[in-house]
Amino acid sequence: MSATSVLYDAPGKRAKRRNVIYTVVFLVVFALAAWWILSVMADKNQLAAEKWSPFVKDSKVWTTYLLPGLGETIKAAALAIVIALPLGALLGIGRLSDHAWVRVPVGAVVEFFRSIPVLMMMIFAGALYVQFSNVSSDLRPLYAVVTGLVLYNSSVIAEVVRAGILTLPRGQTDAAKAIGMRKGQTMGYVLLPQAVTAMLPALVSQLVVIVKDTALGGAILGFADLLSQKDTIPANYGANTIATLVVIALLYIVLNFALTTFAGWLEKRLRGAKRSTGAVLGADDADQANAPGAPANASGA
Amino acid sequence: MFDFLDSGQYDLLGAFWVTVQLTLYSAVGSLIWGTLLAGMRVSPVPLLRTFGTGYVNVVRNTPLTLVLVGCSLGLGQTLQFTLGGQDFKSIGFRLAVLGLVAYTSTFVCESIRSGINTVPVGQAEAARALGLSFRQVLTLIVLPQAFRSVVAPLANVLIALTKNTTVAAAIGVAEAAALMKKMIENESSALFAVFAVFAFGFIVLTLPTGLLLGWVSKRVAVKR
Repeated sequence: MSATSVLYDAPGKRAKRRNVIYTVVFLVVFALAAWWILSVMADKNQLAAEKWSPFVKDSKVWTTYLLPGLGETIKAAALAIVIALPLGALLGIGRLSDHAWVRVPVGAVVEFFRSIPVLMMMIFAGALYVQFSNVSSDLRPLYAVVTGLVLYNSSVIAEVVRAGILTLPRGQTDAAKAIGMRKGQTMGYVLLPQAVTAMLPALVSQLVVIVKDTALGGAILGFADLLSQKDTIPANYGANTIATLVVIALLYIVLNFALTTFAGWLEKRLRGAKRSTGAVLGADDADQANAPGAPANASGA
Repeated sequence: MFDFLDSGQYDLLGAFWVTVQLTLYSAVGSLIWGTLLAGMRVSPVPLLRTFGTGYVNVVRNTPLTLVLVGCSLGLGQTLQFTLGGQDFKSIGFRLAVLGLVAYTSTFVCESIRSGINTVPVGQAEAARALGLSFRQVLTLIVLPQAFRSVVAPLANVLIALTKNTTVAAAIGVAEAAALMKKMIENESSALFAVFAVFAFGFIVLTLPTGLLLGWVSKRVAVKR
């Protein structure tokens, strides 16, 4: 079922009237809820102009708090994906190996790190750096966040890579074998390049997950990211907690919405591409790779 | 190596019980709210569709940590919503469930919507030909078939939810990750043992869920 409109007929006179009634009822309920929230906010003095105006009038809020915080968030996310990509590719290929002594341990590692929450890995990594390294304490949160994200996401990317390779038509492997390529050549010259293209949308979707997960560091590990400004700004601009949270949320939403839209566009473009096998891994496949147990299956082609 | 388990100082099972409770309450809540959202997104009323789409796009792109911090710091501390909770502990728990439901329901909604798309067009057309209304088409014909095909994606959402409950540590709910942080600070000599215990706990929670629901999804899937 592609178009959802098959669920109902084109509205006639009565249906149109009914739709108008539903619309009005919904608007009234929505307005009441909004009014209630706003009145509670006004009650707690969160609507006062001086709590919101710094975000438009005082550029220091942006240059001192929000933008540096956003920079740290992006830095952690970028570092995590750059380190996790090659690791994930290695793990993903290792899991497809013909040798059981490679395949089985790699599979165990991937399943292990997909099964446990990324927050636990960040906390663990932070403690590791305290005990076994001399990373300075102001860099430690970044290290802990990136390490946790890398451990988790390299195993997620491993699943995406594996699904990307499995989604390619069998003929690709057969053709490579027929012209006498060895296993490594088949993987390196034929399968991997196509799999990378196929899994681009899924990787961009995973980047959204990574950006969202960096916020854990801000809330729990003392990482000075965008979310952690929820404490610094209200401390300096008169307890404007709600205003600050709204602005921070908007920044995250804009960043992630841009990434999500880009992933969707890539997926559509790749699916329509003529010069490929048409194998594409989208956001759904990335979601699937995030859940342990069930292997991400190839649903592309 | 594992003697910190016997000291009686840490309530390990209690912490994991909170994790399980968070998961179950949030799972039920987000299944209901997510199904309603999916209904809105395919409904004939344009405003409801817009609301559903807007809600999903906004909430799904917000970090869960921010959603929960917003619930605790914004709704709880600043606006003093208590959701009927009596003490600090129960208020925190309820706000955490609220945040987890708000966030997870967007993923439930998207799964169900993709499930609706797997139901053949003919099913809805036949239902409409019989004169069924939109609500009847959706609840009697399309959703029952859609649910059967989305057991596996919903299982993935449930597993992600189980792992996501650890984020509640950010707002002071005494669940597994919060206890792990405390234990790592106190028992730094047994760092690896502590991590192993908690990792094992989560594997026990997530792996069987995935395997069991994977089996269920194969059993109930509509053969086409």
